[in-house]
Amino acid sequence: MELGPYLILGLLEGLVTAAVLALMALGLSLVFGVMRVVNVAHGEFFMIGAVLAWWIADAVGSHPAFAFPAAGFMAAILIAPVLTAMLAMAADQLVLKRLDYDPERTIVATIGLLYIIQQVTLMSFGPDARPVEAPFNHRLPIPFVEWRAGGLQAGGLQDGGWQLYWPWGLGTTSYKLFVIMAAAVLITLIWLVLTRTRAGLVMRATRIDRDMAQAFGIPVGRVYAAVFGLGAGLAALAGVLIVPIQQAHYLMGHDPLLLSFIVVIIGGLGSLPGTVVAALLIGVGDGLISVFFSPTLAKIIATLGVAFVLIFRPEGLFGGRRQ
Amino acid sequence: MTVLQTARQKSWGLHLGVIALLFLLQFVLPEYHHGNFSRIMVLACFAMGYNILFGYTGMLSLGHALFFAAGLYGMGMSMHHLGWPAEAALLAGGIAGVVAAFGVGVLALRTTGVAFMIVTLMFAQAGYLTILYFGDYTRGDEGFVIAAAERIFLGFELTDPSFRYGAALILFAVMVVVTLRLVQSGFGHVLVAIRENEERTRMLGYDIQRHKLIAMVISGGMAGLAGAAYGLLFGYVGASFASVQYSIFPLLWVLLGGAGTVLGPLIGTLFMFYLIDWSSDITTAYMLIAGVALVLLTLFAPQGLAGTLRQKLVRWLP
Amino acid sequence: MTASDKMSTRPGRLASPGRRDLIRKLGATSALAAGVGVMPLVGGYHQARSAEPIRIGFQVHRTGIGAAYGRWYSRTTDAAVRKINAEGGINGRPVEIIAEDDGTDPKRGAEVVEKLATQHRCDLVFGTLFSHVVIGSSPRAGELKVPYFVVSEGHHVASGMLNRYTLQPGITDVKSQVQAMAPFVANTLGKKVTMIFPDFAFGHDHRDYFSAAIEAEGGKVVAKIAIPPTESSFTRYFPKIPRDTDVIYHVMVGPAVLTFVKELGEFFGPSRPAIFGFIDSLEAVDMASPGLEFLEGTYFWEGNPRYAQANQSAYDKAYRQAVGVDDNGASISDARDVSTYAHMFGCWETLHIIKAGMEASSYRGPADRTGLIEAVEAMTTMPHSHAHPQGDKVFNGRTHQVFGHQYISKVENSRLVLTHTTSIEDTIYPDEVDYTTQSF
Repeated sequence: MELGPYLILGLLEGLVTAAVLALMALGLSLVFGVMRVVNVAHGEFFMIGAVLAWWIADAVGSHPAFAFPAAGFMAAILIAPVLTAMLAMAADQLVLKRLDYDPERTIVATIGLLYIIQQVTLMSFGPDARPVEAPFNHRLPIPFVEWRAGGLQAGGLQDGGWQLYWPWGLGTTSYKLFVIMAAAVLITLIWLVLTRTRAGLVMRATRIDRDMAQAFGIPVGRVYAAVFGLGAGLAALAGVLIVPIQQAHYLMGHDPLLLSFIVVIIGGLGSLPGTVVAALLIGVGDGLISVFFSPTLAKIIATLGVAFVLIFRPEGLFGGRRQ
Repeated sequence: MTVLQTARQKSWGLHLGVIALLFLLQFVLPEYHHGNFSRIMVLACFAMGYNILFGYTGMLSLGHALFFAAGLYGMGMSMHHLGWPAEAALLAGGIAGVVAAFGVGVLALRTTGVAFMIVTLMFAQAGYLTILYFGDYTRGDEGFVIAAAERIFLGFELTDPSFRYGAALILFAVMVVVTLRLVQSGFGHVLVAIRENEERTRMLGYDIQRHKLIAMVISGGMAGLAGAAYGLLFGYVGASFASVQYSIFPLLWVLLGGAGTVLGPLIGTLFMFYLIDWSSDITTAYMLIAGVALVLLTLFAPQGLAGTLRQKLVRWLP
Repeated sequence: MTASDKMSTRPGRLASPGRRDLIRKLGATSALAAGVGVMPLVGGYHQARSAEPIRIGFQVHRTGIGAAYGRWYSRTTDAAVRKINAEGGINGRPVEIIAEDDGTDPKRGAEVVEKLATQHRCDLVFGTLFSHVVIGSSPRAGELKVPYFVVSEGHHVASGMLNRYTLQPGITDVKSQVQAMAPFVANTLGKKVTMIFPDFAFGHDHRDYFSAAIEAEGGKVVAKIAIPPTESSFTRYFPKIPRDTDVIYHVMVGPAVLTFVKELGEFFGPSRPAIFGFIDSLEAVDMASPGLEFLEGTYFWEGNPRYAQANQSAYDKAYRQAVGVDDNGASISDARDVSTYAHMFGCWETLHIIKAGMEASSYRGPADRTGLIEAVEAMTTMPHSHAHPQGDKVFNGRTHQVFGHQYISKVENSRLVLTHTTSIEDTIYPDEVDYTTQSF
């Protein structure tokens, strides 16, 4: 494939990765920013979202009243994040709250949660990768322009000029475009909630100074539970969105956890625009680097790239100097 | 001063006692547990190395798999491809750990806190992928075997369970003594001071970066030696030891056992090993039990096992 | 030198089970155990020796990346043991399986071998699939002198990397599988091949052995695309496929395989080259899954045909029924629970070989372990039978590796239809090791 179309393809694929990553990282960033908790189980909430999506889509799809393909997916996208959020809030109340959100102990506790969630999923859902049918999935070929030299061609003498053509293999699917747009809409919504509503104000206040917030009558305990639930819900939502492209599998949370963790730090703690930009950089960058290098070498370069960004800008791209 | 001195004597007594106990245990342990203890002692060395940086200096690294793997592969590659004898290969493994830690340290120590976590994590991931990338030499994820005939150290066959136990114990004892000397030295006190209050320590005129780098190199060297020893004693070198899991493990062991205690890493490693082992006898859902146990432990032993012990009973524990 | 001589010359500790066994045989157990005080409750065990079951340790991937395989390995093993016990067991003794999860991890794998051998006192250990677990565990098996029967299809056994205690008599290895595919690919599908494989050892084996084999057939590998193991989306790698490719050769493992195949379809759309894959890419995956429609008309290697074929043998029929697999290769109780049919027969066949080996060597207990290995090493041809439902085989005692037929199926109406069966000769390559020259 020529370089131009190849880059376009890499970009489109990268955008899908970035979209999902941004949603997930946003959840992690909220939890990390407000509660100062490194939630190692965040990837498992992503996995639960995907697994629940399979379950719900399967249950709804087999019911005769909802026998159209999109019904299962629609039900899943509404129900799965809510269930996951409720589960996370229960975990917050039962465990994290009792640890008083101590940074080190919560790491061990969330590793424990990770084991529990994985094992329960393995026992109930099984070890197989399970697909969910996309509500719509059309293959969309993408045109590209190329310069045709003038001269004597098969059809006679022709002028040179730009021509539209359909490069081999360049295309995407309608569902992938939907994922990109859905993520964009959701992130905008969250940004509005955080900056324009009372709930957002409360969250920001709690993040900046927990004790002060408490003194001003903010129910910090409930804010924490809500934030933990919201963070898990966002991860689950990312899981639901990705499951028609990938598949639900009980170990699928591992790599997205690492990536979203990286995104949060690269973006700068607590910076929503930073998180989004970092997700784009990581998602798209990975796609583009793989155009030029062998895939594993591309991963090595991308990984070292992240390290060097932080070495020379430890506060992240959008963080203030010193947190 | 005398209080400090008796505390020192007590702690030397305790640690030498633990080593003596481990020595005696080999005569009574059933064969399976005898083998397990050999493993646990080597892995505890890895955790002790981690503890120098995390427990004493307060730097949370998520990249120690890199140092363990550097030792493992430094040893394995020099035996497998260069035909080195085991003694030289073990040394090569330790040096590989030191070099890797120095390289990562020089760069990563420009950062602190969560940025430091991510930078070390990234270097370790890059190391893992590099092992896969050079699969023609490393055999990638599949790894390779160190032939039984080559695993002879100073004339002792490491395939023999008694010699293996002895070798693991010697390594462990050396690490305990080194750690103890270190934490009781002035240098060790500076590390703890850095952990407790970096700014104040700087104002007192200490070169923070230099201390941190040295701590990192010692930590990486210990992890590297542990990796080299593990490969040598058990005959296998593979990329799974470089994966992110093996960066999480020492953190988990140290936190469970008690960060900033000399014996915590051993206790944590021992506890985690048998938690998995015993619960897998009871049920196939052993991960569930392990998970619940971890959660309960954080709830009821907040400083780790040794840490809680120190808080409640023996305050002089180093 | 017998095992007991060796034990008695070994330096060291009081209570190694090897010595324990020896003592037990001498009939002095209780007294000595009481005297030493470290061997509780083993006395009296030996009286019931003849009815005592043969204990087979089963190293199973119950968790981790191999869990989908492990579950079916487990079911196949249980079915084989039921059959063997119903037919009178081994040497008149019942067979007991002691399963232990290794988490698909080489470190835990070695520990599990140790546990099965020393704590559960198994006669042998069997059943490992993933290559890194085999390679990580095999040194321990060799040191503990416990026979280790793997069902892995890796080339590690025949390459000479392992030891005399490790055997693979129930499943063919990747080198023989791959080289047997080359004539079919070159002569039926095309000469210019692009390979897509995971960037780790298993993938590298495919790359190296297939490249060599296809060149011998006058073909050529025009591109080799190695996918990093952590990858979960693949489209961006497909433009590296040269346009003049005749055949795409793909082999992927792990949970992302379905994505891989699906995205391959989305990338090519209606105009695709011929596609040949290893069923590993879709093992335990329903062929009727959404997105797999495009595989219609493509070809797969199968270790054992997943769908019951028109000319199904009576042996396959009985085996299928015993394990609980329907004609579509799925569980009888859940049509969506698809088996790992191309690999799991190896457990069934290996257990039957263990039985044959134990009977040939009159195996009575751990002291006869070397006799068991020698008996298996002496095996040569294995006829297509109830013990070998996948087909007839030839065992090479020197390399500890079995050779057998390979199957190539075409996807028709979302079913795999057998189109070609290779001869055993196609799969054979020169020996790389002679384990029989190694001492025990």
